[in-house]
Amino acid sequence: MQLFTYKSRKLFLSYIVLILGGIIMCYPLIWMFFAAFKTNAEIFTSKSLLPATFSFDAYVAGWKGAGTHSFSLFFINTLKMVTPTVIFTVISCSVVAYGFARFSFPKKKLYFALMLSTLMLPNSVIIIPRFLLFNKLGWLDTYLPFIVPAIFACYPFFIFMMVQFLRGVPTELDEAARIDGCNASQTLALVLYPILKPAMFSAGLFQLMWTWNDFFNTLVYISKVEKFPLSLGLRISLDSASAVAWNQIMAMALLSILPLIIIFFFAQRYFVEGISTSGIKG
Amino acid sequence: MIPFVETNSLVLYFGGAYNYSMKSYQKNKREISPQQLPAKIIRYRHFQKYTGLYFIMPWIIGFAFFQLYPFLASFIYSFTNFNIFGKPKFIGLDNYIRLFTFDPDFKKSMGVTFAYALIEVPGKLIFALIVALLLNQKVRGVNGFRTVYYLPSILGGSVAISALWKLMFMKEGIVNDFLGTVGIPAIDWLGSPHIALITISLLQIWQFGSAMVLFLAALKQIPLELYESASLEGASKLRQFVSITFPMITPIVFFNLIMQTINALQNFTSAFIITKGGPLKSTYLIGLKLYTEGFNNFKMGYASAISWVMFACILGFTMLIFRSSSAWVYYQDGGAN
Repeated sequence: MQLFTYKSRKLFLSYIVLILGGIIMCYPLIWMFFAAFKTNAEIFTSKSLLPATFSFDAYVAGWKGAGTHSFSLFFINTLKMVTPTVIFTVISCSVVAYGFARFSFPKKKLYFALMLSTLMLPNSVIIIPRFLLFNKLGWLDTYLPFIVPAIFACYPFFIFMMVQFLRGVPTELDEAARIDGCNASQTLALVLYPILKPAMFSAGLFQLMWTWNDFFNTLVYISKVEKFPLSLGLRISLDSASAVAWNQIMAMALLSILPLIIIFFFAQRYFVEGISTSGIKG
Repeated sequence: MIPFVETNSLVLYFGGAYNYSMKSYQKNKREISPQQLPAKIIRYRHFQKYTGLYFIMPWIIGFAFFQLYPFLASFIYSFTNFNIFGKPKFIGLDNYIRLFTFDPDFKKSMGVTFAYALIEVPGKLIFALIVALLLNQKVRGVNGFRTVYYLPSILGGSVAISALWKLMFMKEGIVNDFLGTVGIPAIDWLGSPHIALITISLLQIWQFGSAMVLFLAALKQIPLELYESASLEGASKLRQFVSITFPMITPIVFFNLIMQTINALQNFTSAFIITKGGPLKSTYLIGLKLYTEGFNNFKMGYASAISWVMFACILGFTMLIFRSSSAWVYYQDGGAN
């Protein structure tokens, strides 16, 4: 008796490939987790994944950071930078998306095309004048270079994502709201926001990840150690010691991305939906 | 019954053109000329005309100050010898001439960047497509797999992961350990000028998740009837892929290709953290060159010129892909979108 038909054998093979691939994909992160419990010498000599003893020394020593600034400061700074940026991005981009998706106004096509073209505008082209502008405004070493563009919806990716989402929401809802006496803003706030929630959540999550991980912009705009977010804090620990204490680096690196991993596992649906709605044509 | 005209003006008055349905308009051909409308309605209509504009106003302001102005300013700076300390002077094309004739670092960084994009983009897309094809079968736990494969994309851009990569690919790191157990001699992943760029690219290829999710969504949209009729006619699996699957997902291939190319040409973090551009500038991507000139040497004019060459390259590649797209991208609705 044939145990496996051709089809199920092929499927079985796919499972093996997928599982093996999945292990390879995640292995660096798993290894990172255990490396943080090892001693520095063990990282380079021991071939086993598990540490000889689980010791939290690396976490304790690593948390002290470089010089006088501990990772508590870097964490708090990151939160100070990320929280307003995310909140303002979600609000401003949804308002702008509503304008684009639900109204016709003079030169709308031009504005929309401009907005889409900024999707492809490389950050590196505008970074120098932006730096000079923020310097003049006295915004360097603050988080305003991240927060103010968020207030003014300078993230076309999210606008586009929410426009795409709104296009799928029937306009009859707006009309019903209008007849019930809502003005345009009330329609957005009372009728569309509850429906738009998943898209707003996706946008917020993406912005959270991007701002949290952002290195280039923080490197350019922030030079005072007291203002360093996690990315820059990690970098000084990486560069400061001549003989790098890798176990401490791994411990802090892991802690710095742990919130993201946790959020991702709880909200992965929103990430996937987020990229799917913005990526698919029309 | 309320006479037609009155209903119309009532609708106009309370709802404006907004819910003034075409159907009732068609029914009651009697049109109201603007002169007949009360001033309040005209004002209302005028407001209606600009309502959308009020909503996109934040973006217009942001666009003007944080995107358009910097964009134009960097173009102008690129023709000056602007540095933070002195007054800028117009020097014509000098920056560009210097870049292309006297600056060996720049030429090197251009070459490195192109080589990097050439390894990274196809590598990423091929992995993304393969995994998406595997997941598109009737496998159980697609969500679980998708989560696992997508996770690196979320974290990959961080300094934390770059640090991890540096540690893993050291001479005595775990990658060489692993190769040793399989019997492959240790490779100098970070120290050899020929290999360091590949190590950096591997970090980016590892983050193929978002491209994969897009491919998967596109694969799910292919109508199954196409495959049914193809297998009835006896088309092999490979043939089906070449003639059905691939043509149907070319719009997403196109989208991914453009987005990944734009990203690849701008990469900065991994090369900056892992190799600092070395060894022998073999990973000295153009982003690093821009950063060094602009923010270490404060040659803002010169750095702006670099950024514009970079922009021209990105634009060039994008146009090239766009131009070629008519030959290989297939739109089901004839390209109406």
